[in-house]
Amino acid sequence: MQQSNGDFVLRVRDLNKRIGRKPIIRTISFDVQEGEIFGFLGPNGAGKTTTIRMLVGLIKPTSGSVEICGYDVQKQPEEALKYVGSIVENPEMYPFLTGWENLMHFARMHDGIGEDRIREVTELVHLGGRIHEKVRTYSLGMRQRLGIAQALLARPKLLILDEPTNGLDPKGIKEMRSFIRELAAGGLAVFVSSHLLSEIQLLCDRVAIIGGGRELAVGSVEELMGAGQGLIIWDTEPRDRAERLLREYADIVVLDPAGAAGLDDTAAALLNARSIVTETPEERVAEVLERMVREGIAIRGIHRVAPTLERFFLQMTEGEGIE
Amino acid sequence: MKRFWAMVQNEVVKIVKKKRFYIVLLILAVMVPVFSYAQMKQSLERRESYGSDWRLEVQQAIIDNQNSLSSDRVPQEWKVYRQIYIQQMQYYLDNDVNPNEPGGVTFTREFIDNASTLFIPLMIMTIASDLVSSERTGGTIKMLLTRPIRRWKVLLSKLTALLMFVSLIVASAYLICYAIAGLFFGYTGWSIPIFTGFVLNGSDVDLSHVQATPQWQYLLMQAGLVWFVGVVVALLAFMVSVLVRSTAASIVVMMAALISGSILANMASAWTSAKYLFMVNLGLTQYLAGSPAPIEGMTLGFSLAVLAVWGTVSVIISFIVFTKRDVLT
Repeated sequence: MQQSNGDFVLRVRDLNKRIGRKPIIRTISFDVQEGEIFGFLGPNGAGKTTTIRMLVGLIKPTSGSVEICGYDVQKQPEEALKYVGSIVENPEMYPFLTGWENLMHFARMHDGIGEDRIREVTELVHLGGRIHEKVRTYSLGMRQRLGIAQALLARPKLLILDEPTNGLDPKGIKEMRSFIRELAAGGLAVFVSSHLLSEIQLLCDRVAIIGGGRELAVGSVEELMGAGQGLIIWDTEPRDRAERLLREYADIVVLDPAGAAGLDDTAAALLNARSIVTETPEERVAEVLERMVREGIAIRGIHRVAPTLERFFLQMTEGEGIE
Repeated sequence: MKRFWAMVQNEVVKIVKKKRFYIVLLILAVMVPVFSYAQMKQSLERRESYGSDWRLEVQQAIIDNQNSLSSDRVPQEWKVYRQIYIQQMQYYLDNDVNPNEPGGVTFTREFIDNASTLFIPLMIMTIASDLVSSERTGGTIKMLLTRPIRRWKVLLSKLTALLMFVSLIVASAYLICYAIAGLFFGYTGWSIPIFTGFVLNGSDVDLSHVQATPQWQYLLMQAGLVWFVGVVVALLAFMVSVLVRSTAASIVVMMAALISGSILANMASAWTSAKYLFMVNLGLTQYLAGSPAPIEGMTLGFSLAVLAVWGTVSVIISFIVFTKRDVLT
């Protein structure tokens, strides 16, 4: 029997999955450490859920390995899965049972999880009031919380959440984020998948970025998504003079605002008729501002926004092409 | 081991909470009075035509069947059935035993005889068919299979719960039937002798092995056979439920198999290799009563063996598929 090696709670090595002849996942590797929030970023259809299913043993990899706390998920599922709590896709529970009965059901499948622990996790996710009602009557947010209660039930070392903020309202999303941070602060490793760049930026310490079943990058969030990658929206008057000025710089790219320049919805809401969207190196911003002021261009506002995932990917894959 | 029984408990809780079993009980509680009433009407009518002497009635039945033997319009196979029937009735008459003695126990015996090939399997299917497929449709299979438990143990816990419910369904069919029929016909008839052991040789009946069995004992043997049929049907439905994603599809597949069985049993006497299909072998209680088998070469032992093979193969397939397959949706 292998012993758990150091801090790695999850260790994924050269994971491949073919369905029929079609490769779905190609050579994905990463590690997740104790107490860290690890993001798994990719657009829909990139293979996030397939990878997650392989992490928890629902799908058998064509090659490669998944180790949880030193145990191989395929070879020693009874050991490895002890340390994982997960929600794969939606938190699907038995609608004809109450929340409590659902938790009892899953508790019976672990050793040494009693009613005390169930009470504890229901408190933790604030479901106390309605835990004895049928899950059929729960809202999506409550189902999500019950799902988390279920995942935490057996005191896992690794928590896997697949798009945990999907379908939640802004308040719910905020609560979810601070909840995940609390859990990680308690030493739990949390693996979060998302297709939203901002989500990962706000929440995660490290990230693996995948697209088309391939791993594009693994690293710390700051390193991969730090400054310089963002877009700048200039809100100036008169617009045409400002634009002419911006175009004078070779390293500033003025983007077509009509196509929203690959902004996500929250950023697109900032746009107005005067907006100019540019890709601007960080160090240029101060210089440009100074010139604008000197030339008497009125500056109404300037925003730095995160690019959408699609745009981010474009940058990443372009970068790969150059190398 | 303790955890295994906790998992069986899980499955039992789910079956009960899904209210499938209540539906089964409800169907029984509705159907049995309907049949009891029909039966009562029939026996009242008989009494009107033959009076209170059952011998007249049996004699009349023998004469009717004999008359039809000489008719050209009756197919040859039917004639064989009728010749056998005549000889059996004659045997009852000779031994002064009423084959149709009304009573709650007799009604139960006859009802279960008729219910064993289609009605009871149908009720077992309502539970077996969605045991695995519903976890897939509902997505809960992901929660179930990401526990630190091997897949075969998960499946075995489901199978164990299913077999418990098969036994429960067979038992409740008897109990409900007896309880309701008793209201109509009285709760008597436990010790009426029933003749078993008719050996059929073409249209001849060999009476040398016939013995009189008290009805309660007959009922026990019958229950054993019905339970065995129930288990095999449950195993098959269970396999379909593993293979097919939707519960509806899995019920339809099993229904089609069962119904085709009852059709085949009526017309397949010429196609003898049909006897290896499980569907035509479900009428085990017929052998007990001494009715002729639907296809030449079928005996109680043969049918038991065929069913056992089908059951075993479906269990093997269920476990292989369930433990190997990727959970994609």
